[in-house]
Amino acid sequence: MRAFFDSDIWFSFTRSWVTMGSAIIAFICIAGAIAAPWLAPHNPFDLASLQLMDAFKPPAWTMEGDPLYPLGTDDQGRDMLSAIMYGARVSLLVGFSATIFATVLGVSVGLLAGYLGGTVDALLMRIADIQLTFPSILVALLIDGIVRAAVPREVHDQIALFVVILAIGVSEWPKFARTVRGSTLVERNKEYVLAARVIGLGRFKIMLQHVLPNVLGPVLVIGTLNLALAILAEATLSFLGVGVPPTQPSLGTLIRIGNDFLFSGEWWITIFPGVALIIMVLSVNLLGDWLRDALNPKLR
Amino acid sequence: MRSFWLAALTVLLFVSGAEAQSLRWAASGDPNTMDPHSQNVGTVTMVLQQIYDPLIARSRSLGLDPALATAWEQVEPMRWRFTLRPGVRFHEGEAFTSDDVVFSIARAQAPSSNFGTFVDTITRVEPVDALTVDIITRIIDPILPNKIASIFMMSRAWSERNNAARPQNTRNREETHTVRHVNGTGAFRLASREPDVRTVLTRNADWWGWANPNNGNVTEIIFRPIASDATRVAALLSNEIDFVLDPPLQDLQRLRAAPGLRVLEGPEVRTIFLAMDVARDELLYSDVRGRNPFRDLRVRQALYHAIDITAIQRVTMRGQSVPTGALFPEQVQGYDPAQDQRLPYDPARARALLAEAGYPQGFAITLDCPNNRYINDEQICQAVAAMWARVGVRTTLKSQPLAPFFAQIQRADTSAYLLGWGVPTLDALYSVQSLLSTRDVSNNGDGGTWNFGRYSSPAMDALIERMKTQSGPARQAAITEAMRLYREDVPHIPLHHQMIPWAMRSNIQIPHMANNQPYFRWAVVQ
Amino acid sequence: MFAFIISRILQALPVMLVVSFISFAMFAYVGDPVSIMLGQDFTEAQRAELVASLGLDKPFFVQFLTFLGNAVQGEFGLSYRLSRPVAELIGERAPATLELALCAAFIAMAVGVPMGVYTGLYRHSWLSRFFLTFSLIGVSLPTFLIGILLILTFAVWLGWLPSFGRGDVRQLGFWATGFTTWSGVKAMILPAVTLGLFQLTLIMRLVRAEMLEVMRTDYIKFARARGLSNRAINFGHALKNTLVPVITIAGLQLGAIIAFAIVTETVFQWPGMGLLFIQSVGSADIPVMAAYLMLIALVFVVINLIVDLLYYAVDPRLRTRR
Repeated sequence: MRAFFDSDIWFSFTRSWVTMGSAIIAFICIAGAIAAPWLAPHNPFDLASLQLMDAFKPPAWTMEGDPLYPLGTDDQGRDMLSAIMYGARVSLLVGFSATIFATVLGVSVGLLAGYLGGTVDALLMRIADIQLTFPSILVALLIDGIVRAAVPREVHDQIALFVVILAIGVSEWPKFARTVRGSTLVERNKEYVLAARVIGLGRFKIMLQHVLPNVLGPVLVIGTLNLALAILAEATLSFLGVGVPPTQPSLGTLIRIGNDFLFSGEWWITIFPGVALIIMVLSVNLLGDWLRDALNPKLR
Repeated sequence: MRSFWLAALTVLLFVSGAEAQSLRWAASGDPNTMDPHSQNVGTVTMVLQQIYDPLIARSRSLGLDPALATAWEQVEPMRWRFTLRPGVRFHEGEAFTSDDVVFSIARAQAPSSNFGTFVDTITRVEPVDALTVDIITRIIDPILPNKIASIFMMSRAWSERNNAARPQNTRNREETHTVRHVNGTGAFRLASREPDVRTVLTRNADWWGWANPNNGNVTEIIFRPIASDATRVAALLSNEIDFVLDPPLQDLQRLRAAPGLRVLEGPEVRTIFLAMDVARDELLYSDVRGRNPFRDLRVRQALYHAIDITAIQRVTMRGQSVPTGALFPEQVQGYDPAQDQRLPYDPARARALLAEAGYPQGFAITLDCPNNRYINDEQICQAVAAMWARVGVRTTLKSQPLAPFFAQIQRADTSAYLLGWGVPTLDALYSVQSLLSTRDVSNNGDGGTWNFGRYSSPAMDALIERMKTQSGPARQAAITEAMRLYREDVPHIPLHHQMIPWAMRSNIQIPHMANNQPYFRWAVVQ
Repeated sequence: MFAFIISRILQALPVMLVVSFISFAMFAYVGDPVSIMLGQDFTEAQRAELVASLGLDKPFFVQFLTFLGNAVQGEFGLSYRLSRPVAELIGERAPATLELALCAAFIAMAVGVPMGVYTGLYRHSWLSRFFLTFSLIGVSLPTFLIGILLILTFAVWLGWLPSFGRGDVRQLGFWATGFTTWSGVKAMILPAVTLGLFQLTLIMRLVRAEMLEVMRTDYIKFARARGLSNRAINFGHALKNTLVPVITIAGLQLGAIIAFAIVTETVFQWPGMGLLFIQSVGSADIPVMAAYLMLIALVFVVINLIVDLLYYAVDPRLRTRR
C-alpha cells in the first residue's frame, strides 16, 4: 500500500486536478448508480406509486417545480432524478459487462494466438482482422438484428439485456486480442518463459501464471477507454430503439423518450439524462487519458 | 426568429400572388400500397381518396353526397338502383360505365380485399344500361349507401390490361401493378410516387367536381411521410411543409402560438377502449389459476372504477379527448346521450369490489397495446397500468407496433388489450356487429370479427339482428337497448373518443373531417 | 506492384466470403422465410410449391452458391416490410448516404487537420487547450445527442437551417443529388457536421500526436540547425510526413462514417441506407439486412484496398521490402 502511494502513478494523479476531479465524479456516478435502489428518492418502476397528475413537472428550482421531484417528472409522473439513477445503473451495468466480456474474450484469444502461434495464430487473427474492418456499432446492430429475427418477441424481451451485452462485447474484443497478441509475442521469447518451459510447466500454466501478468498493462488502458465506448454504444443502440428492453430503461432510452418532448418545452426530460451520460463518459475518458499517459514510459 | 418572419412573409407574398397552389403536407405513416381495395387503413385512404372516387362520397358534414352516382333509390327491398354520372373519364382516358361498377364491387369482394365488410350483403351487381346499375342484396340492408361510400371505383379495362383484376395480397411475392400505379376518376392524378419518401399529386383538370365553385384551388399536392414527431413539427415551423395531419399533442401549444400557423381542432369518429378476455376459463396471461377474474362483473367494474379518465384527458391527451361511456361518438347514427355514462373514478370502490370478488390481494395481468397507431396509445396504456397497479392489479405492459399487435390479438392470444375503433359507415351497426356480436367467423365472416375478448350475449345478438333488418324508430330502439346492455355488462372499458387536431399554415382553409381524411379538393390556399 | 495488388485482392476474398456466408445464414436459418412470405393461412400445397421455387429443398452448398450467384447480380429478393425489390430500395437510398458521408469526411479533414497541426505546433497556447477540451467533449458526446442539440439550436431557436430531409434534389440519371440546389445544400449542413464531428476529433488528435512525434525527430532538428524558417520546417517537412498515416486512417474512417450514418440519418430523417437499415433491424427484415451487410463489406474491402495501394505508392519503404 505504502509503495503505491509513493509511486509515480499516484504522484501524477494528484498533480492534475482535472484527473482527480474526474475520478471523484466517476466514483460518485458509479456509487450513485449501484446504490440507486437505496439512494433514489422514488422508485420509478413501482407503477402503484406513480401519480399521473404529477406528470410534466419542471425542475424544483423553477416556478412550477415541486421540491418532491428535484429534476422534474416525465410524461407518466416518474421522478427524473430517480429515473436517471436507475438508468445510469443499467448503462453502467451494460458498459462494464460488455467491457469485461470483451476483455476476457480478447485477452484469451490474444494469449492463445501469441503463444501458440502457427495456424491457430493465423486463423484467430484473420477473424479479428475481418471483424476489425467493420465499425463496432455495425457489428452490434447486426447481432441484435439477427437475435431479434431468430427469437420470438416475448423471449427476446426477456433476454434483450444479455443480447446487448453480448453484441457490444463481441464488437470490441479484437482490439484487446491484437494488443495482447503483440505483447505475448514479445514476452514469449524472454528468458523467464524459456526457463519455465525448461522446467516442464504446461503451456496453459505458463500462459496464465507467467505471461498474462506481464501483458496486462496496456489492457487496463484499452479497457478504460473501451468502457466509455461501450457506454456510448449502449446509449446509441437504446436511442435507436434496438437496445435494452423498455422495462429496464438506460440513459439512452430516457433520452430517446424525452426527445419527443424537447421541442414542446419539456426539455428536462431529455437534457438531464443527456448531461448525466456526458458526465459519466467524460470522466471515464479523462481517467483513461491520464492512465495512458501515466503508464506510457515515453512521455515521462 | 426574424429570419423566420422574413421567410414566412416571402412565402405568403409568393403564395398569394402566384397561380399554382402547391400544398406540401406530412403525416407519420406512408401508404404501403396504391391498391384501393387492398388495405382498409387510414394511411392508405388518405392518399387514395384524392385519386379515386366512390359512387357516393362524404359531404362536409359527413352526410352522403352524389359522386360517381348522381342518384340512388331502393326500387325493391333488396334491389338498389344507382344512376351514374355521365361523361366521367378515368385519368388514362377510359370512360366510366356501369361495367366498371360491376368489376369494382366484385374486386372488393375478392378474398384478398380488405373491404369485404362493406360489400358483404351484396350478392349481385347488374348493369341496366351504360349509366344505370342495380345492386342486389341478400338481406334488406338499410345502410347500403353508407357502406358503398367506402368502395372506390376502378376501370375494368385498365385493371385487366395490367393484371390487377384482384387486389394486391400484401403477403404475395409478386408486386402487382396497383401497388405503385393508379388510374382513378378523382380530383388529382398521381404524378410520382417514392414510397417512404414523397408522393406527388397534380390537379386533374377534367374532374367532374371542379364545376362546383365551392371546391378548392390546390393544383399540386406533395406528401412526405415523417415518422419522427419532433421532425414533423420542426418541418412545419420552419416552413418546409404546410400541413400536418397528426401533430403530436405536446406541441399543440407551441403550434397555436407560432405566427402564421393555426391548429384546426375537431372530434374524430374513433373510440378508444380496453377489451378483456371474458371467455376463457383461465386467463392466458395472469397469475390466477383455475378461474378467470374477468368473467366476474365486479372485477370488470373494479378496473373501470380504477381509471381516472380526467387525469388521462388532461395529462396524457393534453385536453384532446372526449371521455365517454359509449362505444361510438355522437356523429354516428344511433348515438343516445342518455346512454353515454361512465362509471366514476373511485379507487376505494375498486378495491372493495375486487375484495368482494375474491381478490383482496389483487392479481397480475398483461395488457397488450399498440405503440404506433392511436394518439399516445402507449402512454395511455402506461397510465392505465399505473392506475390498475394502485388498486392492486399488477399490470405488465406489452406494447408493440401495429402489425405484430394485430397479428397477436387476431389470434385471440391476449387477456386484455387496447383498441381504437372508427366507424366509416357512420352507423352504429358497424361497431356493434364487429365488436359485440358473438364471434362466428364461419357465418359469412361478419359476426364479431373484431371481438377478441369473445364476449357473447344472446340478448345482444338478438338486438343486432333487429338492427340489421329493421329501420326507423324500431331500429333506434334496438340500438339504444344495445347501448344500455353495453353499460350493464361492461365487456369493454371505454376510455374516450379521439380529437384529431390538424396543424397548418394560417392561409389554408379546409374543413375538418371527423373521419380524419383531409379532402384537399376542398382546400383553399389564400 | 502487380503482385502486391493480387495478394491484397486475395486477402480480401475471404472477408467477402465470410460476410456472404453470414448473410446467407441469416436468410436461410433465421426465422422461417416460408411462413413469413405466406402469412398464417396457407395450404400444404402452397408451402411445398414455395419451398420448391425458393430452392429450399436443395442441399446447403447449392443454396449458398445460388445465393452468391444472385447476390453478384444484385438480386436479394423482396423486402419483407415494403414488398419491393431490395436492390431497388438500396439503389434509391445509396446516393443520399454517399453524399452525406463524403461531406462529413470532407468537413472532418478540412477542419481536423489544421486544428491538429495547430495544437501540435503550439502546444501550450490557450487556443490549443480549447481545441483539446473541445475534442474531448466531441469524443464523449454520442452522435445522436450532438444531432439533437444542433437541431435545437440551429433549426428551432435560430431557424437558419432545416431540421430534416434532403431538401430539393435534382435527378442526374439514376443519382439524385442535393448539391445543386440551395435547399439541398442547407439541408446537408447539420447532418454532415453531426456525422463528421467524431471523425474530426479523431483526426485532430491523430495529427497532433503525429506532429509531436515528428517534431522530435532528428531530421527536423537538423533542419532547424540548418536555419530553415519555421514555415519551411512545419509545412515543408513535418506536415508531409504526418499526412501519410493520417490519410490512411482517414480513408479507413470513411467506412466508419458510412456506418455511423445510421445514427445521423435516424436523427435527421435523412432518406439514406442507414435509416433503411435501422428500419429493417427493427422489423426483422432479413433481405434488407443481408443486402446492406454485403454492400457495406464490399465498400470496406474496396476502401481498404485503395488505402493499401495508396500507402504502397506513397511510402517507398514498402516497395523495397521483399
